[in-house]
Amino acid sequence: MSLSKTIYNTLFKRSSTFALTCVVSAFVFERGFNLGCDTFFETINKGKLWQDIKDNYTQ
Amino acid sequence: MAASVGRICGAGLFKSNKTNCLRQIKSFSTTREWTTGKKTLFGSLGVLAGGAGVLIYALDKSVRASDLELHPPENPWSHSGWFKSLDHASIRRGYEVYKQVCAACHSLRFIAYRNLVGVSHTEDEAKAEAEEQMITDGPDESGNMFQRPGKLSDYVPGPYANEEAARAANNGAFPPDLSYIVLARHGGEDYIFSLLTGYYDAPAGVILREGQFFNPYFPGGAISMAQALYNEAIEYSDGTPATASQLAKDVATFLKWTSEPEFDDRQRLLIKVIGISTILLAITYYAKRFKWSSLKTRKIEFRPKNK
Ligand code: HEC
Repeated sequence: MSLSKTIYNTLFKRSSTFALTCVVSAFVFERGFNLGCDTFFETINKGKLWQDIKDNYTQ
Repeated sequence: MAASVGRICGAGLFKSNKTNCLRQIKSFSTTREWTTGKKTLFGSLGVLAGGAGVLIYALDKSVRASDLELHPPENPWSHSGWFKSLDHASIRRGYEVYKQVCAACHSLRFIAYRNLVGVSHTEDEAKAEAEEQMITDGPDESGNMFQRPGKLSDYVPGPYANEEAARAANNGAFPPDLSYIVLARHGGEDYIFSLLTGYYDAPAGVILREGQFFNPYFPGGAISMAQALYNEAIEYSDGTPATASQLAKDVATFLKWTSEPEFDDRQRLLIKVIGISTILLAITYYAKRFKWSSLKTRKIEFRPKNK
């Protein structure tokens, strides 16, 4: 059985698992996407953000 | 998986077919049935709209050589450009400049001490900043106003009780509130920087009234604010050499933040918007090709009945 068949049979075939797949993958995608974008933002702005300088003021 | 990738590529996802495209425009265009008059009307409307757009753009880009003021040059701010955040160390120094120099004349009444937390100060530091100020509160039970040390929720108190008092102390000129000044002036933070560093001796022929100074960046050239920033005017707590241009740069960055506190979030959001839009665009493109594939790959054959 090919991979797409397996995926279809286990996840997409029944409405219950299909809905669950939607919810779970939306959650995982959202977390991952936001994490990726934030990491990118924080990398190119390294040294300028508050999180990079706050250690100078808290002992 | 491999099968579906094959199918996608088979559908010509990455092939460009310009002739197909042109043929389609020809047979699907809805303007073919239009009368010449209608075509002319829409054609001229389009030209007019385009022309107006070009005109507005040109006017905006013009050098404005007829104005009697100097337009500030664009400086390479570390926050200008896509995805760039504000420099928070600079915001912090700019706050020091505001507090020690500008606060003598300018209010900052839309910024509360709590706004500094997590931007330029820790919570304890912001509390300490607030407590240095005496805030008028009240009325108490007997109806009197009283003074108390500031709290995080207090807004930065201004130097004057009201506009009249401010004018009386400044030769009739009103020092504007600085909270939104970067948005309120053409040139934004470039203007603030140039204004603060742009004091010169008045050239011959320019007459200044008492209490006025010559600054070519200020519309009209005669400003009622004396030069506020000099080398070593204050001492930075982080040891940065306090040259006049450094002070001006930092206070301009600080005022940029007070005007647009959401600046960093906007830059961050831009990354996400571009990312999501790219994905959605790709999906939309694929879905369109997929849905149309059967229609586009069919063949219509004409078989005359010749029997
Ligand atoms: C001695 C009092 C005084 C101090 C100190 C002072 N200003 Fe001013 N400022 C004024 C007055 C008065 C005006 C109004 C000038 C006018 O309208 O001619 C003004 C106007 C301005 C303007 C508006 C200019 C415009 O385009 O209308 C800005 C921006 C400004 N000040 C920024 C600052 C900054 C930043 C500092 C601190 C580095 C500062 N000022 C310190 C008195 C002061």
